[in-house]
Amino acid sequence: MSTVVKADSAVPAESAHPLARRRPLGDRAFALLALAAGLLVLVILILIVISTSQQASSWFSTEGWGIFAYNWNPGANQFGVLAFIYGTAVTAVIAVVIAVPVSIGIALLLTEVVPRRWARPIVYVVDLLAVVPSVVWGLWGILVFAPWANHIYGSIASGVNGIWVLGFLFGGNNISGASFFTAGLILAFMITPIVTSLSREVVATTPSIDKQGAYALGATRWEMIRGVVWPHSQGGVVGAVLLGLGRAMGETIAVALVIGSNPVITSHLFSPGYNMPAGIANLFGESSGVFRAALMGMGVLLFAFTIIINVIARGVVARSARRARGA
Amino acid sequence: MAVTSQPQAEPQKADLREPPSWRRTKNQIMTVLMVVAFALTMIPLGFVLVTVIAKGASVISWSFLTSSIPPNVLPANVGGMGPAIAGTLVITALATVIAVPLGILGAIYINEYGGKGILARVIGFMSDVMTGVPSIIMGLFIFTLWTLHFQYSGLGGAFALACLMLPIVIRSSEEMLKLVPDSLRQGAYALGATKARVTMTVVLPAALGGIVSGALLAVARAAGETAPLLFTIGIVTSVNWNVFSGANTSLPSQIFLNASQPYTGAQARGWGAALTLIVIAFIFMISARLVTARYARYSS
Repeated sequence: MSTVVKADSAVPAESAHPLARRRPLGDRAFALLALAAGLLVLVILILIVISTSQQASSWFSTEGWGIFAYNWNPGANQFGVLAFIYGTAVTAVIAVVIAVPVSIGIALLLTEVVPRRWARPIVYVVDLLAVVPSVVWGLWGILVFAPWANHIYGSIASGVNGIWVLGFLFGGNNISGASFFTAGLILAFMITPIVTSLSREVVATTPSIDKQGAYALGATRWEMIRGVVWPHSQGGVVGAVLLGLGRAMGETIAVALVIGSNPVITSHLFSPGYNMPAGIANLFGESSGVFRAALMGMGVLLFAFTIIINVIARGVVARSARRARGA
Repeated sequence: MAVTSQPQAEPQKADLREPPSWRRTKNQIMTVLMVVAFALTMIPLGFVLVTVIAKGASVISWSFLTSSIPPNVLPANVGGMGPAIAGTLVITALATVIAVPLGILGAIYINEYGGKGILARVIGFMSDVMTGVPSIIMGLFIFTLWTLHFQYSGLGGAFALACLMLPIVIRSSEEMLKLVPDSLRQGAYALGATKARVTMTVVLPAALGGIVSGALLAVARAAGETAPLLFTIGIVTSVNWNVFSGANTSLPSQIFLNASQPYTGAQARGWGAALTLIVIAFIFMISARLVTARYARYSS
């Protein structure tokens, strides 16, 4: 008898156990519900691609490769968005260049220097940066920071004009408090918490036996960090930086207020510029026809860029986490 | 024992540390730089909070919190942000009602049903990727799918915010479900419970504290978002409690509009709205911490 049951149980549907064959209806319904909720993520992502590209199709078809041209002039029906792409890259890079050293510094401070009971309040305070809403950063940026920065930028620019690289980056005669640099700086404040917390997670996984080994060889704390913590966390920190970059590229409202709204390509960081999310946010309400399609298309490009960066970043993070566990 | 060890502690300890050298100086410089990095982030944070509190507190009063929004040219003591507060509350609440159950169910799929299967891994990875999708894209998405067909309404805004919250809720809930020990599940199975019952009555309650805390953080994030609402809710100047029809407004949208106004009255109302918004976000964040401290049974 028992042998027959065993043989049959290899064929699940024809099992000799009538009780085991069918799961109750509610149980199966719940499983389906959970599956549907999980699939919703994929459905939303696919729908985003389809619906926005459909809305942007008239822009793609009228402009062709001209979508990447440097000629944004809605009045003359010219919709090349190169200046916006440039602005997105420049502001995101400024943000990363400022935020990453600071974030890694805080992450090391939290994990390697301060005692654990101090680490918690420091984390809370850094996380407060993320609790301040984007629009409040923008409000502060445009009403308080920009007027003040205007003077500083002006004196820096007049000081460095004509000097080789410095004049190229910080010179120019179209100086404004609302500029690429202000936008990048405020983005840097906004991405610091996420880069810090991701780097901290990675740094914290350094095996303490390796650290003690370095100390036993007489290393100072900094030498230990350079020789043990850094090689261990490099990959994960790169992932964190990429995620910060993606965040900086897509952050909208604060930038829309402080970037200066001027679609030009210039090396002068203290000049007003534009980027893709800010362009969409500021111009969408007054747009129609191909203009609106162009802004939708800008959204599609932005979505593509951020998805690519996020996929790479998550891949890097996952790989370095696997390696950290394996080591 | 204590007596014999006494004399051994007596001899003067030799100072085995190296004499001051470049290596130690460098170590100290780097330590100082790490502290400086922390101090640097405190400067903008302090500035923003102090400015918002100083400028916002002078505007806020009971009538500011309840009056309707006046024309921008009027001075700061006229009108208020009542419609924006009402809009933020109902839109965020509706977004929470949509996103949190779906997010928890998604997390249940990934952790309880999908296991190590390819689909669960893809969904988990895509949730991570989706947290990186810019919020303005969610606004454009709901605009094309909903607002173009059904006009401006709070519901559209709630959909856009829900899209933003969904992956955050999935990821935080999944982390919490992972922490529930397998022995609990096996105990329930041994009593003959079905998988759905085990999940709903054993696993979920055990992880509830952490899940609620994660959801509250997602709510705090959503309440401060402007971009998804720009193209989906429109704008009104009087209170619209009906979230399902008619244009609406929100605190972030009003701050965004008022920030680019030249009138000092409008700017002052913007600061008042900013303070209100930050207070709301803080309340959610602090309740998340309290829930974690009080109710989370398993923590990472």
